[in-house]
This record gives sequence, C-alpha cells and structure tokens, in this order.
Amino acid sequence: MSALDVRAVTKTYGEGTTAVHALVDVDLTVEPGEFVAVMGPSGSGKSTLLTIAGSLEEPTSGSVRVGGRDLAALGRRGRERLRRREVGYVFQDFNLLAGLSAAENVALPLELDGVPAGRAAATARAALDDLGLAEGLDRFPDELSGGERQRVAIARAVVGERRLLLADEPTGALDSANGEGVMRLIRAVGARGVATVVATHDAQLAAWADRVVFLRDGRMVDRTGARPDPATLLGTGTEA
Amino acid sequence: MSVRHALLALLSEGPKYGLQLRTEFEDRTGEVWPLNVGQVYQTLQRLERDGLVTSDDDGDGDDGGPQKGFRITGAGRDELDAWLRTPAIDVAPPRDELVIKVLVALRLPGVDLAEVVQVHRRHLVELMQQYTRLKEDASPDDVSLGLVADAELFRLDAVVRWLDAAEARARQAPPGEPAPVTSRPRLPRRIGAGR
Repeated sequence: MSALDVRAVTKTYGEGTTAVHALVDVDLTVEPGEFVAVMGPSGSGKSTLLTIAGSLEEPTSGSVRVGGRDLAALGRRGRERLRRREVGYVFQDFNLLAGLSAAENVALPLELDGVPAGRAAATARAALDDLGLAEGLDRFPDELSGGERQRVAIARAVVGERRLLLADEPTGALDSANGEGVMRLIRAVGARGVATVVATHDAQLAAWADRVVFLRDGRMVDRTGARPDPATLLGTGTEA
Repeated sequence: MSVRHALLALLSEGPKYGLQLRTEFEDRTGEVWPLNVGQVYQTLQRLERDGLVTSDDDGDGDDGGPQKGFRITGAGRDELDAWLRTPAIDVAPPRDELVIKVLVALRLPGVDLAEVVQVHRRHLVELMQQYTRLKEDASPDDVSLGLVADAELFRLDAVVRWLDAAEARARQAPPGEPAPVTSRPRLPRRIGAGR
C-alpha cells in the first residue's frame, strides 16, 4: 500500500476569467520509505500539492489517499485525526514554539493527541536520540542554531507513528553544510520507513531524493528515473 | 585537471614509485578521476625531462618499471608553489554547448524551449543525484571524496540555475518573432567556439 497516492488532482482558485489553476491533473504516488522531491519555480504549484497531500486543503477535483485511506471519505474529524497522528509537516520557517525546549517541542504533537505527558516526553527524547539529536534536548529554540532548529522540527514531524513527512523548502535560509545535515536526517527518517515529499526549487536539495518530479504551471511535466547508481560515475577512466 | 602538478604534489611529500603515485592520486581525488598507468609514466618522463623530478636510474638502460622511484627537485617545488597560486584558467566549461543548444532552441520554429530546457535539467539533476549518493555513501572521514562531489554538485547546480533563468527570461520576452539575427549584439567568441 502506498504511503501517498495523489490521483488526477486539480486545484483551481477563483472562477471564470480570473480563475487560477494551481494544479492541473497531477498524479503522484509515494511508497513507504521513499523520498520524492517536487521541483519547480515559485508559483509552479508545489506548495499547493503539499498542502493538499497533507489534507490542509481540499482539491477541486481528483483524489488523495494517505496510507490507503481516501481523504474525502474520512470526513473533517477523520482528517484532523490523520493530520495529528500520521502526517508530519516541516516548513521553511521552523515553527518551533519559543517557550518550549527542543524535547518539549517534539513531545507537543503527542500531548495534543492525548498521550500522557510522561510518556510523550519519553517518546520525544527517544525520537531525538534515535535521530542523533541527543545533545541539547533541554535547550530552547533561541539557543539552537538554524540547522539544529530545523532538525528538531523534523524530529517533531515524525515523532510517534507518523508515516508521511511533507516538507516545504525545509532548508530555507540554511548554509550548505546545515542544509546537507537536514537532508541526511530526512534520508535517515526514510530508512525507518517514513515516506517523504520535499518541495523545493533547489536542485542540490532535490538531488537527495530517490525520485524527482518537475512541476511547471501546476502540471507535472517530467520526472527522473529511479535513483541512479553512483557506480556509473566511477570506472569511467581511460584504463583498458 | 593537471596530472603533472598533482604528481608533483604527491612527490613533495617524499620519494615515491610510479604505481604508488597512481594509487595515491586516485585515493585523494575520491576515485572520481581514474588515471591509467601510461598517463602516469608519460607525465613522469616529461617532468624528468624538464628537471622537475629525478628518478633513481641505475644506468643499465632498463627503465626500472613499476619499481622505479621518483623524487621532486628544487625546481619542481618552485613550480608546484607557483601553480597553487595561479588562478585556474576558464577552460571552456561544458555548458557552452548547452548555451548553443538553448540559443538554437529559442529561434527554431516548432521547438518548445521549455521542453528542451527540461530535458537538460532532468539529465543534470540525475547526475546530481548520483554525486549526492556518492557523498552520502562515503565515510564521513573521506574529506576528499566529499570535496570532489561538492565541486561537481555546485558546478551542475549552477548550470541548472542558468537553465531556470534562461526559461524565465524567454517567458518574459514579448510574444512574436524573435528579432533578426543581424540586429543582435555579437556574442563573445568563446561561446561560439566549436566543442
């Protein structure tokens, strides 16, 4: 069963001559553990695709399935529960709560979902530890670097049983070393079975993905093949 | 890529054999630039002719084969030092051919520029996926490999960004026929140079 299955999704804002076609007949399937990058310039529809995949917005037509369940059939309450328990979001501006430590930020979605505080804290610490973020658990967001904040945001997005991570320009204004740290973490999360979709205009980020799909004016115009084997880069020398 | 100066750099650490030089060269460039034995010996011969290295020639007419040792001379050290500080010359980057293709696509009737650009963009991103994976799979201690992969990634990224900019520029151009070629400013010669 696919982690995410977007079928023939169209999203139109407005009507008639002023209508804006943000997405036109888009298909996207992501398997558990797979990392797909959606690459396109600003205004190409990639953020809209993420918000629709994460049930934050509804498509004008077409269907979205998360973990096999049709979002339209789930109803509003069902979609809320799905957003709380199964889908993690990471945005460009880190969205950590300033008054909470790193560990408390990660525990927050669990607590909001009714997990008792003690168990939520333990799960959050385990998640941070598991992702190599054991240092600085008790520090507050303003005591963390930009790269550290974004790694905590990713830990928060995948804590608990979340199977789908949606990230919109997750490395934002980070320098290349910190950006690479974030992408390595996303791949580590994928190795644990979480499906990831990253929207970006940046080819260096997209290159971390198993597959890259290209959006232009709301349409999926192209895609790369399966992640190529780097061995083809080697052994291309002149030696007989 | 100057094999000549890479060999001088390796010899500046101490005397080495030819085969050893080849292995060390490949190790330090993250095995991304394989070198054949013939290239190594040919370069060493030229370095020796130019007085930049000396070999332990036993005078029996035998060239010594893989066990022949080489050492750097004072002139060799001076040459290496000067090379390190010489700005790298722009050696007609491979994207020049791409520039020509995009220029042609812009003018050719019936050709969709965006589609041509996308074919190249996809190819470049696929290459970048390979280099990224190379970097990801490498040991964190392998600084050389990371560095070489980054160099390619930044170079390819620049080409992708140029394609993005080219597509955006073409879109913003007013609709209608492109201006006649003769009214265009002359391109720098390098872009037109055949490759």
